[in-house]
Amino acid sequence: MEQKKSLKTILKNMSDTNLLLVITIVVFVLMYAFAMLFLGKGFLKPQTFCNILNENAALIILSCGMSLVMITGGIDISVGGVTALVCMSCAVFIDYKGGSIIGSVGIALLIGLLYGLFQGYLVAYLEIQPFIVSLAGMFFARGMTTIVNTEPFNVANEAFVALKDTRVSIPGVGSVNKNGDFINAYVEIGVVVALIIVILMFVFLRWTQIGRNFYAVGGNKQSALMLGINVKRTKFIAHLICSVLAGIGGYVYFLHVGSGSASHASGAEMNAIASSIIGGTMLTGGVGNIIGTFFGVLSLSTIKNIVASAGFDQAWWTGITVAVMLCIFLVIQSVVLARKSK
Amino acid sequence: MERVKQRFVISNIFRNQLFIPIAALLIIFIFNLIADPTFFKITLGYNNAGNPLLNGYLITILDYGSELAILAIGMTLVTAASGGQDISVGAAIAIAGSVILRVLCGSNSRSEELQAPIIVAFLIACVVAALFGAFNGVLVAVFKIQPMVATLILYTAGRSIAAWINNNELPIVNDVRFTYFGGLIPGIPIPVPFFIAAICVAIIFLILKFTTLGLYTQAVGINERAAKLNGLNPVVIKILTFVILGLCVAVCGLIKTSRLSTINYSVIAKDIEMDAILAVALGGNALGGGKFNMWASILGAYVIQALTTTLYKFNVKSNALPAYKAVVVIILVVASAPIVREKAQEIVKKIKSGKMEKEVA
Amino acid sequence: MKGIDKVFPGVRALQNVDFRLCEGEIHALMGENGAGKSTLIKVLTGVYVKDGGQIFLKDHEGEVHIKSPQDAQNLGISTVYQEITLCPNLSVAENMFIGRTKGATLNWSQMNKATSEILQSLDIPATATMQLSNCSIAVQQMIAIARAVDMECKVLILDEPTSSLDDNEVAKLFKLMRDLKAKGVGIIFVTHFLDQVYEVCDKITVLRDGQLVGEYEIENLPRLELVSKMLGKEMDDLSEIKENSGESTAVKDEVPVVEVEGLHSNTGIKPFDFYINKGEVNGFTGLLGSGRSECVRAIFGADRVVGGTVKVNGKEVKIKAPIDAMKNGIGYLPEDRKVDGIIGDLSVRENILLAAQVLKGFFKPYKRSEQYKLAQEYIRMLSIKTASEDTPIRSLSGGNQQKVILARWLLTHPEYLILDEPTRGIDIGTKVDIQKLVLKLASEGMSVTFISSETDEMLRTCSRLIVMRDLNKVGELSGDDLNQTKIMSTIAGGDK
Repeated sequence: MEQKKSLKTILKNMSDTNLLLVITIVVFVLMYAFAMLFLGKGFLKPQTFCNILNENAALIILSCGMSLVMITGGIDISVGGVTALVCMSCAVFIDYKGGSIIGSVGIALLIGLLYGLFQGYLVAYLEIQPFIVSLAGMFFARGMTTIVNTEPFNVANEAFVALKDTRVSIPGVGSVNKNGDFINAYVEIGVVVALIIVILMFVFLRWTQIGRNFYAVGGNKQSALMLGINVKRTKFIAHLICSVLAGIGGYVYFLHVGSGSASHASGAEMNAIASSIIGGTMLTGGVGNIIGTFFGVLSLSTIKNIVASAGFDQAWWTGITVAVMLCIFLVIQSVVLARKSK
Repeated sequence: MERVKQRFVISNIFRNQLFIPIAALLIIFIFNLIADPTFFKITLGYNNAGNPLLNGYLITILDYGSELAILAIGMTLVTAASGGQDISVGAAIAIAGSVILRVLCGSNSRSEELQAPIIVAFLIACVVAALFGAFNGVLVAVFKIQPMVATLILYTAGRSIAAWINNNELPIVNDVRFTYFGGLIPGIPIPVPFFIAAICVAIIFLILKFTTLGLYTQAVGINERAAKLNGLNPVVIKILTFVILGLCVAVCGLIKTSRLSTINYSVIAKDIEMDAILAVALGGNALGGGKFNMWASILGAYVIQALTTTLYKFNVKSNALPAYKAVVVIILVVASAPIVREKAQEIVKKIKSGKMEKEVA
Repeated sequence: MKGIDKVFPGVRALQNVDFRLCEGEIHALMGENGAGKSTLIKVLTGVYVKDGGQIFLKDHEGEVHIKSPQDAQNLGISTVYQEITLCPNLSVAENMFIGRTKGATLNWSQMNKATSEILQSLDIPATATMQLSNCSIAVQQMIAIARAVDMECKVLILDEPTSSLDDNEVAKLFKLMRDLKAKGVGIIFVTHFLDQVYEVCDKITVLRDGQLVGEYEIENLPRLELVSKMLGKEMDDLSEIKENSGESTAVKDEVPVVEVEGLHSNTGIKPFDFYINKGEVNGFTGLLGSGRSECVRAIFGADRVVGGTVKVNGKEVKIKAPIDAMKNGIGYLPEDRKVDGIIGDLSVRENILLAAQVLKGFFKPYKRSEQYKLAQEYIRMLSIKTASEDTPIRSLSGGNQQKVILARWLLTHPEYLILDEPTRGIDIGTKVDIQKLVLKLASEGMSVTFISSETDEMLRTCSRLIVMRDLNKVGELSGDDLNQTKIMSTIAGGDK
């Protein structure tokens, strides 16, 4: 009886952010354990886990940006479009215009920056609804991708391809292949970038004033104003960082696919939002955690893998899976919110 | 009490909500007039089956704009009551179309005969679309999720569901009568979607006239708390608007599958949600909910189609279209932002007082 | 503050108001609703920018200009509002320090330690790392005050701080205030609670209708005089109404029109009993926050009813939502017309017709000609000043908006009409009209519940008053007991 009581009180006194984070991590661990137990050999290899990271490095970055904006109570659905635009623009720059790799990174950052400045200004200072601004941003980016170059193509530039194929080995982790050789597990460069971003954003949200202001503005805009926080500037910065991260994530995506195409990152914004929600970021703002978002991305990918392994490997099933997970977590969030009003 | 007679002042024209879509239409027409007057040419020709058919860009606008107009009817109501937009309409049209094809073709995707009367297929599609609409409505009204976010779920899953309905096959309907709805009735040269839209517009007109739907949706959208205290049930009203949108989706699904007699799950009604939202916004309706003018939205739909058709005429690729429309959305939305309006009024005042000072001096 | 003016569209909120606060002084700011208290405070704290007048601060040469909450904070002016202006999703420590830490980074251990010290010194039952929303409202209030205190303010403004505190907590707060006073902090105490004012304050400034009535030392101002200064001299104008209110116009029927037993809702009011007879006018009185509105809202079904029974004309009815109450002939004019009453963008005509239309039904809309006829009838009857029936209601003045809402409910021909603060924020002339109307309706057989913060109005119109305190019904007064003193003593309660 004593033990039960203290667990209940611990849960009750936890902050919303922490509670949702715990739920997310538990769900992920359970899912991965399920996969390991029931779906067998593939999941037991460390490389599978590394591949999840490889496939989703860009998504991790995009989701971090998305979480930031969601914590302030806003949303940005242009990130997928920006990713595609960055891919195409950089591809054209490198192959058709003979640009350098560094230059292409600069282009990616520039696109993200411009988007952030424009959308941030409209949302924060003109007080236009973020959804409609970013919806327009998304459509503009998708359209521009085709305008930049009508046909999809692979980048042939050697320096770039070399960069793309670089493998970062993880010492000590690996598995034995058919020939009996030990192959080190590896990740791509993009994963390293993504992990750095996750750590940076975590520090930002936890230890900087501006980061905490995000939570305040998302929690109660009116109070934040009265407490002396510059609400407009806070929102502006949130959208700015999100778009810049979209630019960076776009470049990571570009490194992963090595091509430009109008259909890249299709649905990425929804995946980013879903990952954030699964990771414990509340739609209504004020609650969220970068670590949770990271696990949210992993959870999303794991469940897609589980679904595929179980035989439903039509591309259509991913859409439904994401939607169902979104639904479940939205309901969990409503329940957590409801216990608040008691 | 005497009623103050409204003077016929020029400013009244500007204040009428219909001004915006009409002005936009005029701008597009004048642009085309200057760029290439053949835009306005209408010729009478014959299609493959030997039926008379009117040709011309204007006819295209009437044809495809009608789909948007039907959608705009439902979207206007949803926007008015819930203060948000439904971005799942494209996916929902895919589902509705898929249901129609499934009913008509049964499990054989190349059947020679219709498995059921077209009207039955349409009614079943209506029911399914209404149910999905209700689903969205419940998320918004009961779980209080923002409409754009709530409809994200169907947006993500809808096309997958549509494909699943037909086991990812692409059924083809071989009955020529099915093509009437998206095409032509032999002997009548005007595209049928226009007539369907006209019927829908008539229906909504009757509903708005003979029920209190208009008053209730506006009341709920403007002040939900006060509406409740007047005996209204905002949950029911909001769900109702989503169901009506569902019915509009079913009609669009019929038209679109009829055009091709088949379906392409990822392409059908792609990006139509953007157009529908634009139609409502261009009609001068507040995207945040409240008062609405249905006719302005319907006109707005045709204006959007005029824009799309004009862009096509100038060889803009369909993939690039969204960029242009995005610009239009941004301009519209910035121009109608309260802060921008306030600043504009201040500037106008300054100019006026500046002028007066000059006159006095 | 000298000669402060503040104008809002259509309303002169403050007119030439002077206010002085000395070091180490606890100064009460009092006035009825609409007197301008909160507007004055908001001007001082930078939420509003004044339209006229000057503000001077000790140790500052010349005028100070306060254009934002940040300015006020920088000048050492701190405020604790009645609505908790903290962020519920942040921890206690964060709420203490957010918005005022210098530098870009946070030192959690430092913040938490400092917060724990403050919490302990003020005897506040909370820990630095708790999420704020997990604390009770009273504790949140105290944390808000602790924050202001920690900011080493020179001027501390407490806006209705005690509304949600119990006696122990109020005592703690007063100890805190006296400590601060000893340190030389000037405290402005805005409140409705007369007892508390006399317990802890040195001076009182009274505002009425946006103007300064006067500044007084506490010893020189006995309670009765204070109340009369707050209410002003309107009593004389309405003496003829006073004569009528003596006899109740109630029909002494066997069966009350509405009878309520053990009713309580999710707003926290304790179960209460209530009845009203045909043609009777009664009222709920009590301080702000005592539960008056919550009681009538429970009767109308505006809040979720948790228990109890309601009988209309002797028959038990289930009221789960306003529509049920409306169908049983009950009408409700809400306290906050802006939030709960007017449908801003809709026309006067549509606002008048709404409730009646809902009763009529979805498939039976009023014909346009009928709409205009009814609207015109009520506009004339209540002398509503509007350019036309089609003017959006938000362009009307407050008083006329109120009349429209009143017209709305009269149109439904209710048997029982609840008026919650119908005269708030309205000019004298209209106030009188409404009170006369209430008595007329009662004489024609309608039962009316009239709630007003101005007890004078209720004394003039009601034949029975239900007294509320702290969400509890504590008394029912009628006949000879209907006077200010008896009311105040019942509200104050027991041996205070």
